[in-house]
Amino acid sequence: MRSSVEKLAERGFLFGALLSTSITICILSFMFLFSLPLFKGGHIAQFLRLGWNPYEGRFGVLPMMVGTGIIASFAILIATPFGIGCSALISVFSQQNFGRLLRKLVEFMTGIPTVIYGFVAIFLLVPLVREIFQKGTGMCVLSASIMLALLILPTIVLFLSDAFNSVPKNYLDAADALGATPVQKLIYVIIPLAWKGIISGLVLAAGRAAGDTLISLMIAGNALQIPKGLSDAARTLTSHIALIIASDYESPEFKSIFVCGLILFVFTALIVLILRLLGYFQILRER
Amino acid sequence: MRFKLAVSLVGIFVLLLLGKTSVIAGDLDRFLRVKGTLRIAGGTAHIPVMKEAAIRIMGVNRDIRITIAGGGSGVGIKQVGEGLVDIGNTGRKATDNEIDRYGLNMFKFAIDGIAVVVNPENPVVRMNRSQIIDIFSGKVNNWKALRWKDRGINIYTRDASSGTRKVFWEKALSKGKITKAANFVKSHGAMKSSIGMDPYGIGYISVGYLDDTVVPVSLGGISPTLENVRNGDYEIARGLYMNTKGEPAGLTRLFIDYILSKEGQKIVAEKGFIPVR
Repeated sequence: MRSSVEKLAERGFLFGALLSTSITICILSFMFLFSLPLFKGGHIAQFLRLGWNPYEGRFGVLPMMVGTGIIASFAILIATPFGIGCSALISVFSQQNFGRLLRKLVEFMTGIPTVIYGFVAIFLLVPLVREIFQKGTGMCVLSASIMLALLILPTIVLFLSDAFNSVPKNYLDAADALGATPVQKLIYVIIPLAWKGIISGLVLAAGRAAGDTLISLMIAGNALQIPKGLSDAARTLTSHIALIIASDYESPEFKSIFVCGLILFVFTALIVLILRLLGYFQILRER
Repeated sequence: MRFKLAVSLVGIFVLLLLGKTSVIAGDLDRFLRVKGTLRIAGGTAHIPVMKEAAIRIMGVNRDIRITIAGGGSGVGIKQVGEGLVDIGNTGRKATDNEIDRYGLNMFKFAIDGIAVVVNPENPVVRMNRSQIIDIFSGKVNNWKALRWKDRGINIYTRDASSGTRKVFWEKALSKGKITKAANFVKSHGAMKSSIGMDPYGIGYISVGYLDDTVVPVSLGGISPTLENVRNGDYEIARGLYMNTKGEPAGLTRLFIDYILSKEGQKIVAEKGFIPVR
C-alpha cells in the first residue's frame, strides 16, 4: 500500500520535473522553427546588418542587440559592488538583529513590480539625468541601467548572503584566532570560499537584466540607433519585441521578432555559460 | 451616531440610484433590453469617446459589460480580424489588403487633427512644414536653430502599430524619414506625459488629447484648433474609425449606432473631436 503511494508520488514528481524542463526545450525549438524560414531564405544576413527601417525594407536588429548588451552589462557592473557590500554587511559585519532587518528589507525589495520601478524612474531619475548630461531626454542607457541594477540587486544580495553564511564556522574561527579583521576575513576567507554562490547569483541577475522588458521599454527611450554613450537612448531586444508584436501577423516585421527571441535566448545562454566557466576555472585553480 | 451615518449613507445611495434612472433618455433606450459583453481594442485616440459611451451605457443597464483596450490601430485591426474583440478601432483607414483578408467593415465616427506639440516652457510655437520635416529627420537637432536655448531637440514618435504615426508621416512629413535617435512611446497618453515632462521634447498627438500640459505648434500660421481642422485649413487630419469583422450584429450594432447617434456624436464633440453627423 505504502510503496504504491510512494511510487505514485515519485511518478508525479518525475512528470512535473519533465514537464517544466521540456517546456524550456519546447520554447527554444518553437523559436527556431518559426525563424527557420528566415534562415533558409537567406535573409539572415539582413537581420544582422545595421539598421531597422521597415519602410525601406531593412530589418536589422543589430542596434537592439547592442542595446541589450550594453544596458544589461552596465546594470551588472553597477549592481555587483553594491550587492557584495550589502550582503557583506548583512552576513559579516553587522549585529545579528540589524543584519536580519536588512535582509528582510532586501527580501521585500524582490516583491516590487518592475512597472513601479519604471514609473518612479520617469518622475525622479529621468529629469535628473537629463539635467546632469545637459542633453537628450534623460531616457537613456544610464537611466535604464541604474533602474535595472536596482531590480537585480535583491537577487544578488540574497544569493551572496546565503553563500557567505554557508562558509563553515571553523574556517571563520580559525581566521579570528589568527587575529584577522572582519575585512580580511571577508576578502581572504569568505569570498574565495563563497565563489560558487556568487557566480550563481550573478548568473540569475544577468539573466533577469537581459530579459527584463518593462524598465527598458519605459526609460531607455527605445531609439533605433546604436548607443554611442551613456546619455544616448537605446532599444533592447525585449522592448523591440514588445513594440513590434502589435504589427501585422503577415508582415516581415512580425516574422523578425522570432529571430529577436532566438537571439535573446542565445544571449542569456551565453551569459550563463561564460559565468559558469568562470566558476569552473576558479574551482580548478583551487585544486 | 453610527446608525445615523449608516442611514444617511443608504439615503445617499438611494438618491444616487434615483438620479441614475431618471437620466435615461432617447438614444440610450436601445440598450435597455439587451445583455452581453462587448470588447473594444485598438487606437488610443478613440479611448476617451469609447470610455464615456461605455460609462453611460453601463449606467443604464448593468447586464452589459464593455471592455476597452488600447494597443494602436495595428492591434485594433489584428484583434478584430482574429475575432479577439468585437470592435477594432483605427486612426487610419484599413488598407485594401486588411479589408480583403479579414472582411472588415469600417465606420467613420469622427474627424481628428494631429497636432505637433512641445512643452509649455518652450517658446517655439510657430513653425513651418519644412522645419517640421527637418526636425523629425534629424537635420535640425538643436533648439538654437529655432532661436531658443542651446539644447538638443528630443524627438518623440509612436511605435509601428500607431495609425497616428502613419498619418503624421504621410501628411506632415510627406513620407520623409524619422531620425533613428527618436524616442518611441506607445500611446497618446504616454506621448502627452513625455512631452509634458521634457522641456526640450517635440512630438505629435491627437487634437482631442490637447490640454494645458502641452502646447500645440502652429504650422505655417495655422494652429491645430477644432475650427481649422473642421474647415480643412489644418491639413494633418484623419478619420477615426470603428471596424468590425463582417456586418455588425447584436450589441456591436447597437454600440456603433449609439456612437453615430445624436448623443454619441455629442460625446465626440465634448471629447475634442469633430463629429461626422
